Amino acid sequence: MPGNPWFSWSYVVDNAPVLWERTAEHASLTIEAVVISAAIAVPLGALISRSRWLAGPVLGTAAVLYTVPSLALFAILAPLLGIGRTPVLVGLVVYALLIILRNTVAGLATVDPAVLDAARGLGYGPGRMLVEVAMPSALPSIIAGLRLATVSTVALVTVGVVVGYGGLGQLMFQGFRNNFYRAEIMAATLATILLALVLDLALWAAGRALTPWLRRRTS
Amino acid sequence: MSAPTGVVGEAFVWLNDPLTWTEPGGLLELTGEHLLMTAAAVAVAAAVAIPLGAWLGHSGRGAGLVVWLTNASRALPTLGIILLLAAGGLFGNTATVIAAAFFAVPVLLVNTYEGVRGADPDARDAARGMGMSGGRILLLVELPLATTLVSAGLRTTIVQVVATIPLAALAGGGGLGQVIAFGMGTQRYGEVLAGGVVVAALCLAIDAVLAIVQRLATPVPLRVGVS
Repeated sequence: MPGNPWFSWSYVVDNAPVLWERTAEHASLTIEAVVISAAIAVPLGALISRSRWLAGPVLGTAAVLYTVPSLALFAILAPLLGIGRTPVLVGLVVYALLIILRNTVAGLATVDPAVLDAARGLGYGPGRMLVEVAMPSALPSIIAGLRLATVSTVALVTVGVVVGYGGLGQLMFQGFRNNFYRAEIMAATLATILLALVLDLALWAAGRALTPWLRRRTS
Repeated sequence: MSAPTGVVGEAFVWLNDPLTWTEPGGLLELTGEHLLMTAAAVAVAAAVAIPLGAWLGHSGRGAGLVVWLTNASRALPTLGIILLLAAGGLFGNTATVIAAAFFAVPVLLVNTYEGVRGADPDARDAARGMGMSGGRILLLVELPLATTLVSAGLRTTIVQVVATIPLAALAGGGGLGQVIAFGMGTQRYGEVLAGGVVVAALCLAIDAVLAIVQRLATPVPLRVGVS
């Protein structure tokens, strides 16, 4: 096969629309999965860190689900939920869940007891204490969890190709089946890594903006 | 596609057929192949990562490298790497083992590094005071103290490799992933579901067995306080 280069800029230029479309699909799936996961995991984390007897079973269940391989989970969900976006989204939410849950619990566990005591002394109720005192203290850990979940979700989306919805993974697989079109597989792989970096950076910046008190401490 | 109950029924019938398990290329043979590939990948990864992690941890060098490697490996899409290897001419089970080992190295490296690095400085000091050489300190003091973390790393690694190998079936590799890839290709969703269940069950079973092995492998004095 003459000329099957690993890198080809002309491939990127010629296929810019489809590359962009897949990237957008990949990004929206990732963001949706992480947002849903956070909407479940952060309140759940706050709940289980208040009661010891709940924390064990909930974290244990999440860990068991996390152990199930992504390909197997998609394969189980797809016949039940239908081929396409839904099984991939559900699977991604499941994987992100444990990461965010763990970091929320860990973050809430490190809240300074003296601070909580002071808030109690000021007459804060449990709800207000959680929202105004405990959560801001746990925020750096939660954001670290969100970043970790986002980066691994970006990589996991590609596995969705097995049920026909893998974002940039579709391009990787198409390139593989298309007589090992190296430039296509490589471009899609690099785009996936780039997307992970961009989203990670965006979350890092958001975290920095949300926790201005940490900057003052370090400088 | 057929109704969900139909798919579940198909999966059930397929799993209940003895031939599914015992025929050539059946589930038993594929499981054996899967486990052999896992063993090979973990052995390769351990041969690279444990000595390197131990040395880096002992000398205190390369902390930045270890952190960078773990973070970078999370962003790498496994499927992309497997397909790139295939496009480079590396096919089948050897390529799968290489790719799985590649993704296993960072986990093992970090755990070994942290284990050796985190060995009680007093114990290290005492060993040095007794006149032990650097190598002997590493082998007789730091590595035994790192057992907990290294065995935890091995457990994570093994489960991760068992979970990674099915992906290679998409690129023509062997193991249990074949059932899922084949079922998808032929639109037999009952088999896809059954394959998913078998792979998931294998992973959970191995994790459970390793949890017990891990406990047994941990020296008794270190067991207290292990969460």
